[in-house]
Amino acid sequence: MAQVQHGALDDPLAGGGTQYLTFILNGEHYGIEILKVQGVQGWQRVTQIPNMPPFLLGVINMRGDVVPIVDLRMRFALGSAEFNEHTVVVIVRVECHDHPRTVGLVVDAVSEVHTIHSVDFRKTPDMSGGIGSEYLKGLGMVGDRMVILFEVEKLVNSGVLAQVSQLPRDAAA
Amino acid sequence: MSGDSLDEIRKIFEEECIEGLDTMEAGLLNLGEGGSGGDVVNDIFRAAHSIKGGSATFGYKKIADFTHLMETLLDLVRNGRKAASPPVIELLLGCVDCLREMMGAIHSGEYDEARIAEFMQMLQAELLGDDDAQPQVVTALPEPVAAENAAAQGWRIVFRPHEEMLRSGNQPLHILRALTELGECVTRSDVSRLPSFESFDPESIYLSWEIELKGACSIEQVREVFDWVEGECELSIEPVGAPEPPAAVIAAVAAAPERRGSDRRAPVADDRRDIDRRKKPAAKEAGSIRVGIDKVDNLMNLVGELVITQAMLSQFGRESPEGLDHMGLRDTLEQLSRNTRELQEAVMQVRMLPVSVTFSRFPRLVHDLSTKLGKKIELEISGEQTELDKTVLEKIGDPLVHLIRNSLDHGIEDEATRIAAGKTPHGTIFVSASHESGNIVIRVADDGAGLNSEKILRKARERGLIGEDEELGRQQVNDLIFMPGFSTADVVSDVSGRGVGMDVVRSNIQEIGGRVDVTSTPGEGSVFQITLPLTLAILDGQLVRVGSQVYVVPLLSIIETVLVDRERLNLITGQSPVYRLRGEAVPVLSISRVLRVREDVIEGAAAERERLLVIVESGRDIVGLAVDELLEQHQVVIKSLENNFTQVPGTLGATILGDGTVSLIVDIAGLVRLSGLRTDLGSAASAAA
Repeated sequence: MAQVQHGALDDPLAGGGTQYLTFILNGEHYGIEILKVQGVQGWQRVTQIPNMPPFLLGVINMRGDVVPIVDLRMRFALGSAEFNEHTVVVIVRVECHDHPRTVGLVVDAVSEVHTIHSVDFRKTPDMSGGIGSEYLKGLGMVGDRMVILFEVEKLVNSGVLAQVSQLPRDAAA
Repeated sequence: MSGDSLDEIRKIFEEECIEGLDTMEAGLLNLGEGGSGGDVVNDIFRAAHSIKGGSATFGYKKIADFTHLMETLLDLVRNGRKAASPPVIELLLGCVDCLREMMGAIHSGEYDEARIAEFMQMLQAELLGDDDAQPQVVTALPEPVAAENAAAQGWRIVFRPHEEMLRSGNQPLHILRALTELGECVTRSDVSRLPSFESFDPESIYLSWEIELKGACSIEQVREVFDWVEGECELSIEPVGAPEPPAAVIAAVAAAPERRGSDRRAPVADDRRDIDRRKKPAAKEAGSIRVGIDKVDNLMNLVGELVITQAMLSQFGRESPEGLDHMGLRDTLEQLSRNTRELQEAVMQVRMLPVSVTFSRFPRLVHDLSTKLGKKIELEISGEQTELDKTVLEKIGDPLVHLIRNSLDHGIEDEATRIAAGKTPHGTIFVSASHESGNIVIRVADDGAGLNSEKILRKARERGLIGEDEELGRQQVNDLIFMPGFSTADVVSDVSGRGVGMDVVRSNIQEIGGRVDVTSTPGEGSVFQITLPLTLAILDGQLVRVGSQVYVVPLLSIIETVLVDRERLNLITGQSPVYRLRGEAVPVLSISRVLRVREDVIEGAAAERERLLVIVESGRDIVGLAVDELLEQHQVVIKSLENNFTQVPGTLGATILGDGTVSLIVDIAGLVRLSGLRTDLGSAASAAA
């Protein structure tokens, strides 16, 4: 039984497709490969990090690990949202340069886990504004609803961390 | 044996070789200082021997051959046929260096052939120069030669394994089988040690054997069979039909009395087998294992988490209604907190190493340098058992070497000057380590001339480090030596004087959260004092609140805390505010402004804001950090921000507080840099330029 599930997760062609955690951001449905997700946490107070762009809210303690928290709305200028009881942080772990890094992404709400078949992928149309297509893997269909699938590695590496390290080190200069 | 485990063994061999080389070096230096012969020479010899044996096993023929020659020479020294004269010791030290290089190149196989040949030639020459030397015989057969040949018809072997031998994976059956391959065996088993069935432990050996081996094999071959169990058994091998050992054997035995005496566990004092495996730290430090540092780090992290969880639980326990208490919740939580604390300390201990690991290279350094400089210098080391975190230890080595070189070169005068000054002809350098109020203090002191204030001042003016008519106090003058680009050496020598030095020493030490100070008395010498945190993983911190954020300020850098008297606060337009503190103007930094933290939630009235000044120092900078409130003092576990994120200027990292929230650890030097505020002389001068 366990093996069957494992196969379903690993190999999209083995019949199952890939499982995605879907969440809502500014009314749209987005998906992240479930294997990259470490956990989902409720919103908690963050510790601010100096000299960071506004989308980098700060860091939190995630099981003893200090994890940076990114507000995806703010990052992609989707308008700011109230932080309420539905606000959640999706913790993702991705390979970044030399070692894996854990980053938290603030989303409006998580919905559910869907298996999205590879045949459902649509080529991402070029979108002006909002989330650049370079961070997207494609579009998937769940029933008749469209889900935008993130390329998490790119999102975290070039979308977030690269932005941060470009900042001048000596802010006073 | 699979390739993996062979690689593992090969790695252990390499590590043992490095240890062996250190042992040899230490022993040779000891000999050079007139250390007493026997044991020291034996130690060196054994180290050389085990390197030779190991490298031959793994097919490093070059190393084996080289060590073989060294061993031959050492054997002569050991037998007293050659004096441990300075040239011999120098040669052997050189050989140790050469071997070390060979070990370094062991994987690539790119040995420095010319250098090896040169040393081998020198060794040969040294060996041939001795009339008594019979290298071939001596090395090949340190055993009683005569006995071997006389007893060729057979051996009586008594093999009594220690009870715990099976645990090291040795199987007596294999040994007995191997013996039968050498010749015909008559084996008698001794069952007298067998306990009653109830107390029988299946993992212990209670049997011992007496074997009569008939066959024309040498004692060498017999011993080889027992190679892997030596030290785990009592073994005696006697020739059959030779009731009286010939005189030659007695003589050979008498030549090595102390070896037999020191070897408690194996009555057979076989110097060819009496190798490092037993003599190594394993025997000295009552057992040790090699563990990868990543495993220890992982353990530390887990314990760190446990501590946080425990703190959360305790808080929960304190806040829980009284009703829960009769279930003993509070007592249990109290106990949990005690246990976690002890566990944390125990895990910290694992990372600790004695400073002797670093100090052990100094005798060689002093020896070499004093020879080069033609000065007579003694080195006194104390407190080498003081323990320090491995990471700190690794980073402190180079600065210490630098300080010692400096003391040798600049500090201690040459012999004539010393005698003229009424001092002992030989100088002394003291290196010590000790615990002082939660920190480790390492001192490098010398009884030399002390710092020459006038010369320092002149040089500093020449180099424009200070203004022409700037007057400095004595201590300030001494501190100048830590400025970048400063050197008083008139001649740039091999030893020092290139002007990269003390500033690097200082910055290296600051990097690991420590500081260095110098005190000096003209004519009596100088003392460099390095104060270091016990560990890099943990820091004593003062928690402060600024607005809604809590920061950790390293306790080591805090001088005092004062309540702000607004009268004393001077706001100069376009510059940071200055606070007058006992006649001195202390620049005031606002953490939130410097770090540009968004102040969206400001708690408390304006009067409550920044009413305290924490006076901190970093290097020679003294600044006041404006904070709202002082919270408790805590030992905090330092978590890297870089791990998941990026380095954040102005912070040393982050930590997790008892309530599970993350708090940033303030880096004073970084804050000062970020604020654009400079108070030190160097940048003042550069700003003026």
